[in-house]
Amino acid sequence: MGVIEDEIPAVPPLPGEKLASSSEKKKARNEKIRLFFKSPSAIIGMVIIGIWLICAIGGTAISPYDPLAPDGMSHSAPLVDGHILGTDQLGRDVLSRIMVGARDVLIAAPLAAVLGVAFGSLLGLLMGFYRGVLDDVLGRIIEAFLVLPLTLVGLLALSAAPSWSIIPGVEPSTGTVIIVVGLLFTPIVARTVRAAVLSERENDYVQAAKLRGETGLYIMTREILPNVTSPIIVEFTVRIGYAIFAIATLSFLGVGIQEPTPDWGLMIAQEYRLVIGGYWWTTVFPAIAIASLVIAVNLIADRLQEVMEL
Amino acid sequence: MLVFLIRRIALAIVTLLLLTIIVFALSNVLPGDVGRQILGPFAPQESVDELNKRLGTDQPLYKQYIEQMKRYAQGDLGESYKTRESVTHVIGTTFLNSAKLAFLALIFTVPLAILAGVWAALKRGSLFDRVMVTVSLAGSSLPEFVTASFLLVVFAVQLAWFPTLASTNDPSGPIDQLWRLALPVFALVIVYFGYIARMARAGVITAMEADYTRTAFMKGLPRGVVIRRHVLRNALLPTISVVATQTGYLFGGLLAVELIFNYNGLGRELVRAAVSKDLPVLSAGVLLIGVVYMIATLLGDILISILNPRVRLGDQ
Repeated sequence: MGVIEDEIPAVPPLPGEKLASSSEKKKARNEKIRLFFKSPSAIIGMVIIGIWLICAIGGTAISPYDPLAPDGMSHSAPLVDGHILGTDQLGRDVLSRIMVGARDVLIAAPLAAVLGVAFGSLLGLLMGFYRGVLDDVLGRIIEAFLVLPLTLVGLLALSAAPSWSIIPGVEPSTGTVIIVVGLLFTPIVARTVRAAVLSERENDYVQAAKLRGETGLYIMTREILPNVTSPIIVEFTVRIGYAIFAIATLSFLGVGIQEPTPDWGLMIAQEYRLVIGGYWWTTVFPAIAIASLVIAVNLIADRLQEVMEL
Repeated sequence: MLVFLIRRIALAIVTLLLLTIIVFALSNVLPGDVGRQILGPFAPQESVDELNKRLGTDQPLYKQYIEQMKRYAQGDLGESYKTRESVTHVIGTTFLNSAKLAFLALIFTVPLAILAGVWAALKRGSLFDRVMVTVSLAGSSLPEFVTASFLLVVFAVQLAWFPTLASTNDPSGPIDQLWRLALPVFALVIVYFGYIARMARAGVITAMEADYTRTAFMKGLPRGVVIRRHVLRNALLPTISVVATQTGYLFGGLLAVELIFNYNGLGRELVRAAVSKDLPVLSAGVLLIGVVYMIATLLGDILISILNPRVRLGDQ
């Protein structure tokens, strides 16, 4: 995965309809929301996420079998013995495991993104507003951080990190993954927010606030922050997509979410070697689940970015 | 040019230093007893202490860091906690295998992606453009291991066109080896095609709308000449830096792809090291990949500065 993604300017296949310049901000925002919901790709994305949300909330109450209970019939093929998507090598129902597995990723990915965007925005605001030595030093550290692919730093951090059970109601291994991925998102979010703050800080309203004698804290939170919410919202949705990507990959690599939590990446890690023996369903169905969720989030993020930039 | 080069290299050295600190800090998040971890919970305390003393892990962290840097500077990367093998040896052999895979992936991805991106931009709004944008977006947003496992199931198992294992251990001929690498290379091409193609497309679209392009058309130059001499020369500069950064990130994608196809490269070795908490191997490997990224981006920047005088003369 590449961080460079964020630097590619979004150019729609056809020039989108330009928004007529309106003096009323609210009208423009309603227009943006309308445009967002008008797009078929955003609707498809939301429908897919909706399905996974139902699976996550319903959990074991709506799954056909217990995701953790072996059936005794190990490795039954799809549609045999009442298992629509088959069973894994321990005889557990694949469909149930995928449905319940949605819960984990839908909790972990947004939390990691919230963490990364919160810390990143804070750093970005400080760097962009104060500039100077703080900006130079932090900027260098961020550059050094971004030298490494996210999966690789995640691998290093998770293999050394202890299990933190500090998030109530979340498994310790999941909690650790959330914190590590969230912290690793901080540098890239900080860079994006810093750039947005830099282009705002020269505006007249910031100068006016300074002349009024407002404190730095006031100007950052009350004057600049409301004007950089668009890039922060876009960054948040993009980060959710990357968080799903990162959490699934790290679990697949064996350092992320651990048993007994049913997790899509972990399911593939445990079963992909058996593909060679013809047991494809335990790998393919969780892979389709990951693919559908990642693509759904990206469809929404892309559309949101297009609408916000109008 | 020389000033630009010196400044750029000095910056790279600062980044490298910071990177070593970051990697050292991350691998020491756990204030664990290294000797105890290696010898297990039942070893007598004396042998744990002795091992810690031998490894230097009884020292305060900043001293450990300085010692480690001294050893790294002499080319000594330490020894594996698990196998006692020299890290230099483990990393060296597997890195060459990974480099082979990465090189193959790049020589397919880069020309293909640039061609597709430029073509899509010139035919903006056409069916090809829409398909290219969608496919590249999907390809680069999926995790590498998802793409690789789809390929494994479809092409290696169901259709049985390619071998399921990519390991280079068997003494087969070069053609056979290439055949074994086909699927892992294909997986990497799918993932990295998208970034480069979309950058090339965006670059060409921006250049096509620029004033200098309009001027060139108004002068009456033929379309082919305008595109070759005016559009592509400007449009592909940003693509060079994307290719450079993606070369570095390619090694991150190798982790999952090498694991799926059981290829004996650096990625698989680092995953093994991470799962067994073999931190000397893991941190040296992570640093090495960081260095590859920095060299790739450095070469990219130099190439851009040669092609574009505005960059090397710009901020002086």
